[in-house]
Amino acid sequence: MGQEITTSQLRKWLLSYAARIIENEAHLTELDTAIGDADHGVNMRRGMGKLQERLKEEKQSDNVSSFLRSVAMTLISGIGGAAGPLYGTFFLRAATSPTNGSSIDLVQLTQMFRYGLDGLQQRGKAQADDKTMIDTIQPAVEAMEAALAAHQSPAVILAAARQAAHLGMKHTIEIEARKGRASYLGPHSIGHQDPGATSAYFLFETAAEVFTKTGAD
Amino acid sequence: MNKPGSAITQSLRGMALCHPDTIKVHFDPDYVERTAPCPSGKVAVISGSGSGHEPLPIGYVGLGMLDAACPGPIFTSPSPVQLLAAVHSADHGGGVLFIVKNYAGGVLNTELTIEMALQEGIDARYVLVNDDVAIPEVANRRGLGAATLACKIAGAAAESGYSLDATVNVTQRAVAASRSMGVGTNVNTLPRNGLGVNLADDSIELGVGIHGEPGVVRSVKQGMPEIVDLILPPILDDLPFAPGDRVLLLISGMGGTPPLELYLFSEAIHELMAAHQLRVERQLIGNYLTSLGRGGYTMTLMKLDDELLGLWDAPVHTPVLHW
Repeated sequence: MGQEITTSQLRKWLLSYAARIIENEAHLTELDTAIGDADHGVNMRRGMGKLQERLKEEKQSDNVSSFLRSVAMTLISGIGGAAGPLYGTFFLRAATSPTNGSSIDLVQLTQMFRYGLDGLQQRGKAQADDKTMIDTIQPAVEAMEAALAAHQSPAVILAAARQAAHLGMKHTIEIEARKGRASYLGPHSIGHQDPGATSAYFLFETAAEVFTKTGAD
Repeated sequence: MNKPGSAITQSLRGMALCHPDTIKVHFDPDYVERTAPCPSGKVAVISGSGSGHEPLPIGYVGLGMLDAACPGPIFTSPSPVQLLAAVHSADHGGGVLFIVKNYAGGVLNTELTIEMALQEGIDARYVLVNDDVAIPEVANRRGLGAATLACKIAGAAAESGYSLDATVNVTQRAVAASRSMGVGTNVNTLPRNGLGVNLADDSIELGVGIHGEPGVVRSVKQGMPEIVDLILPPILDDLPFAPGDRVLLLISGMGGTPPLELYLFSEAIHELMAAHQLRVERQLIGNYLTSLGRGGYTMTLMKLDDELLGLWDAPVHTPVLHW
């Protein structure tokens, strides 16, 4: 697993994520209007605006852990609502995963996502099939772990994560919400894609794009 | 009136102007802290809450009660950024205890704040307040008047030098010994949303929450004794309270009920309490936990023992409670 992802590549990834979310604001609003309180698009766009400002500041730490922690703090205050603390928890936990100081390898990237996922589940108390962001992130992390165990190349690992995240996101259309505001709708939530699962999908879509492009395996 | 957002800021500023010897207000992030100096090593007690429940929690900041409080937007939890700023301001090396009413947003934001504080090496814990017997499942019970009581007990314990562990334990005991229920007598006023459907003159809503959560509409043609017959037994049966128990009684208006009506309610409560041979050792009647301008009240009973009674009686100097 030769590829090293530096803090500056992590920054490129999150800038790309922020741009993707902003492009999809209307889509997220539309999804949340159907089964939530219609604020996910606006909240995520506001959070991503703050994230862009933060990531473009001159003074940046090269340390992966402090970088991820500062991302967490920015998202907590920038997004607000329930999604702010949840995305904040994801990155705050990710910040406690093992690193090589100013870079991580693919094993550590997978661990970073795993730490974030475990934190999210602990904080939000959601399980798979509750129709939440867990339905995107959990299969993505599991796909990365399986691909790593099978000694796949970084490009294959990242593609597997993206594909599993996409399937997980689409799977939320078929299931009934058991957590979050959509759960008040019960069976009426079936047939709608979960907005949180959708915003979380873009993490893996942009990771596959950015890290594969910069990788030289 | 003013816009909902800026009204909170202006109200905080007004409150600080009214109580300059007791509290200081910090803006952006918003929190209220006590002016009384803290001895090094004292446990800090902090509570956050959506605005609209005043005086909870900001009116309880001061010596012998809260070290800091964070007001969120109307009926919405304060953010971890506010809560963490309050931690930094209030921590004096003895650790931090949050008093949290059992609502999803408050718990989520507090747990995240605690995680951040622990990463910084600050010991932080929380006690969940879930005293509302209108909700059958204990895990889903909302926090009502026991939040006010828990802030007093925790603050007194911390002021008298209890460790963080001991403060957590006695506060958990106070909550476990408390039960509450709410009655709505008219509809909630929510900013932006306007008024809900009115209740008939001879009807109440039994088991309402403090954010407009609906209860069960009941017709009460016999007046107060009938209301008390509906609200007191579920409280007494749940703990259960037994004849001879010493109790603290808290009757709080929701913001739109005149004191005259609260005392009417109290008369009927006291009569039924006497019939059950419960000894009301301490009591508070007034607006201690409100729901903006809603008509209605909550009743809370806490079963007292010597330790809880001593902590309740310990000196307190806040904008609302002072003895």
